[in-house]
Amino acid sequence: MAAILSIRDLRKTYDGGFQALKGVSLEIAEGEILALLGPNGAGKTTLISTICGITTATSGSVSVGGFDNVSQFRHARALIGLVPQEITLEPFTKVLDTVSFSRGLFGKPADPSLVEEVLRKLSLWDKRDSRIMDLSGGMKRRVLIAKALAHEPRILFLDEPTAGVDVELRKDMWEIVRELKADGVTIILTTHYIEEAEAIADRVGVITGGELLLVEEKEQLMARMGQKQLEVQLAAPVEAIPETLSQHNLQIVNGGGALLYTYDARAERTGITTLLNDVAQAGLVLADVQTRESSLEDIFVGLVSGGLVSKGAAAGGAA
Amino acid sequence: MNWTAVATIYKAEMARFWRTFLQSFISPVLSTSLYFVVFGSAIGSRIQEVDGVEYGAFIVPGLVMLSVITQSISNASFGIYFPKFIGNIYEILSAPINFLEVVAGFVGAAATKSLFIGTVILCTASLFVDLSVQHPLAMVAFLVLTCLSFSLMGFIIGIWAGNFEQLQLVPLLVVTPLVFLGGSFYSISMLPPVWQTITLFNPVVYLVSGFRWAFFGQADVPVLLSLCAIGGFTLACVGVIWWIFKTGWRIRA
Repeated sequence: MAAILSIRDLRKTYDGGFQALKGVSLEIAEGEILALLGPNGAGKTTLISTICGITTATSGSVSVGGFDNVSQFRHARALIGLVPQEITLEPFTKVLDTVSFSRGLFGKPADPSLVEEVLRKLSLWDKRDSRIMDLSGGMKRRVLIAKALAHEPRILFLDEPTAGVDVELRKDMWEIVRELKADGVTIILTTHYIEEAEAIADRVGVITGGELLLVEEKEQLMARMGQKQLEVQLAAPVEAIPETLSQHNLQIVNGGGALLYTYDARAERTGITTLLNDVAQAGLVLADVQTRESSLEDIFVGLVSGGLVSKGAAAGGAA
Repeated sequence: MNWTAVATIYKAEMARFWRTFLQSFISPVLSTSLYFVVFGSAIGSRIQEVDGVEYGAFIVPGLVMLSVITQSISNASFGIYFPKFIGNIYEILSAPINFLEVVAGFVGAAATKSLFIGTVILCTASLFVDLSVQHPLAMVAFLVLTCLSFSLMGFIIGIWAGNFEQLQLVPLLVVTPLVFLGGSFYSISMLPPVWQTITLFNPVVYLVSGFRWAFFGQADVPVLLSLCAIGGFTLACVGVIWWIFKTGWRIRA
């Protein structure tokens, strides 16, 4: 699919000298959901702000739907809807008014039926005449999304949409994002909840220290970097790993009650058969076996701390 | 020009005004009435006439200017500072609109509000004193230009201000003294010669003088000079705003 957003070597150095973006390049295809994952201060919000025109880039370029976001900002910005991280709404205005305001601000003629549709989709229609100050935190977040959708954007930026939101509302948000994707909207969301990226993203980008460490299909990333672990639970606990099992690099867990074996699920030989044979030969009795896959979170922690793979290795495709 | 966006900002700003309509309406009426009681009746009865004009009527142009200037600054500075403070300025910065359109919306609304208040004060004043306007067109021109230029200045203050104290700082420390010392309640010919010269450095003198001329046909300084002063001030404000938006000063990191 064609790229709807293309970012080339984007750099941003703030006046104080802080380098928030160190040459980010990224292409985003129309209709996909990209999750930008990164710790606080990684540059996620700066990246979004620079694309949307709230912050000016020090160098590099951004093209939105083929329009440069500086020289052709009217065309570029008209395609973008932005949901900011903080709840920034005027407390005294009414829901319907503030959503209609957003549409007008983007130069679109008033369209009450469209605004109604957006409000209904976000379960806000019953609250249309409520003042912002009377809404719950979750409702306010929905209003922010409604405002961003009021001018029918083709790209939606969600900056930490579920930060500080309870589990139920988070699931609601994910459902909303899926519906928007079904409507053909391209979605870029930032998050530091791995669970979120895992649940809804098509692709995952990992950003830290102003650099994009990698961007990859979520499934691929997990398959490529995902390790599996086999936990061998023993009928009787052991104090040390028998010498005959030393080649398997096992870890003792549960106070000796279990042995943990880490392997690459995609490798030709996982080594499980040999391991289980060796365990039996060592005279250990199995109580149970369990396997588990590493989550995106494990991968992410590994990446950011630099422990799992180096940047070069990640880009090169070796795990 | 994205006129839909300009109209949207304008309407939203005016909506804030209508929400507090009673305050917006009552406070100028009340303060004008108080000025008339104090200056018009209590003190005015001892002064009687200035330059052949009854003192009660003489202070009307100055009184209108005083309110219009302070209202323009506070409306416009608050109008743009509020979204900065709340954070919803992100929406304006990321919308497909340029700076001119933002200024037109915010400043247009602020100027409209102060024009409304100026008119209310004039109407209230006419209840207390006989008011004749010798040059109605000039009167309207001075009033509109003052609303516009000081709304522009208020907009600059709102962009500059980093907190609510700073928002009040310029109006309190600079504008109010200039307005009070700008001949709002007296003719500068009443001052000692040295002060007459010093006072000519106060830009408000030119505004009040020109505005008073529109009413009574007499002025402290030539009318053309007054017009040039207000025109120059407007252009200076436009220039500063153009620079702000070009550099993104205090709004775009």
